[in-house]
Amino acid sequence: MLNIKLGESKIPCQANESVLDALLKANIQIPYGCQQGVCQSCLMRSLDTTPPVSAQAGLKDTLQKQNYFLACLCHPEQDMTIALPEQQGALLNASVIKKQLLTPEILRLVLQYDAPLTFFAGQFVNLQRFDGLMRSYSIANSPQQDKVLEFHIRRLPNGQFSNWVHDELEHGAQLTLTEAQGSCHYLPGRMEQPLLLIGTGSGLAPLYGIINDALAQGHTGAIHLYHGSRNHDGLYLVDEIRGLTKQFDNFNYTACLSGACIAEQAIEANYAQGRAHDLALNTIQNLKGWRIYLCGHPEMVNQSKRAAYIKGASLSDIYTDAFLVGNHNG
Amino acid sequence: MSETPETKSATLFEQLGGAGAVDAAVDIFYRKVLADYRINRFFDNVDMEKQAAKQKAFLTMAFGGPHNYTGEDMRKGHENLVRMGLDDSHFDAVMEHLGATLQELNVPQALIAQVAAIAESTRNDVLGR
Repeated sequence: MLNIKLGESKIPCQANESVLDALLKANIQIPYGCQQGVCQSCLMRSLDTTPPVSAQAGLKDTLQKQNYFLACLCHPEQDMTIALPEQQGALLNASVIKKQLLTPEILRLVLQYDAPLTFFAGQFVNLQRFDGLMRSYSIANSPQQDKVLEFHIRRLPNGQFSNWVHDELEHGAQLTLTEAQGSCHYLPGRMEQPLLLIGTGSGLAPLYGIINDALAQGHTGAIHLYHGSRNHDGLYLVDEIRGLTKQFDNFNYTACLSGACIAEQAIEANYAQGRAHDLALNTIQNLKGWRIYLCGHPEMVNQSKRAAYIKGASLSDIYTDAFLVGNHNG
Repeated sequence: MSETPETKSATLFEQLGGAGAVDAAVDIFYRKVLADYRINRFFDNVDMEKQAAKQKAFLTMAFGGPHNYTGEDMRKGHENLVRMGLDDSHFDAVMEHLGATLQELNVPQALIAQVAAIAESTRNDVLGR
């Protein structure tokens, strides 16, 4: 008999039982549905050991890599410490080492942390202020850099957190952050696969991290980035990204402006006119075999996900991060 | 080797190729459904992964495979869509895509007919009649 640890509970698991069976027998309520590995309702994560391969059938590769598994398919091979997907791990301390305005609205915030932290560029962490106010932000740098995390924080009109970061947070100040979460990130392995990345506004943050990560790991397939904004102030890091296109032959970048009355400005700065996802999806006809990353406005993410799928991309190759535009990301 | 009376002939699900065939079919089928302007509005606000999982469960059933679907589930699952105007024409469109998917996978006509018959048997439950 093996033991499963979930929070403070230690649950015995018999040889013929799945993790879900054992939890239910111990009267522990977790979400579940079909019990045949199809609905993925009973998604859980192993915090110590690698789950059996058979318990990860049908999961996205990024989730597999992070030791997610389906409780109903999991017959443990050793003792396991597990958690529900939304359960938070430990909190970490970090201090502000850089604040830089990228546009009047978007701030680059760089934090240094001391404790060990595993993350992939493109995942997100929750940043927490001294009084507990917390918001999720995507990581814009790759782990190759030493113990720093970069975020692009857009000032939202009534955003308590974003206004505080822009106006009051000082160099050297302390913040707490949660472990990195989310499945929208790069994994090596299919280096020749073409990548399409579409982002709006500060949805560029995870994409910028993913691109730098892919290039650093030697991705050889074509990489196409479309970054869009309604107005000029939403486009940022343009020179840095154009620099990357000169450095890497397989990297292509299209900056897109969708607002009206900007034709002259757009032509002058060499921006494409139109919405980023329209331009991207009208240009590339067949997405079979492509890997797609979509980050930013939820409507853009949902529309593009469907369109990319219809154009042949496999659902398991589409990674998304829809930014909440309500009070969550303020 | 002679067949003894105990030898079972392969089930429909086995003849179609089992779970692997369902995976291949879902990929083609769901894409056809989403691209069809006659019916895609019914899928506007759904989580695509969850919907693909449901399509997989449905096709597993239509392929004669193991499933937990009941008529009551079918009714409940489509109640909202019926309220949105789901009718025979939409069911027909889905049947059309199912047939075309199987043809694309080179499934023999006789097996396609069996799958279609199982799918057809859900019509009244799906349409809440």
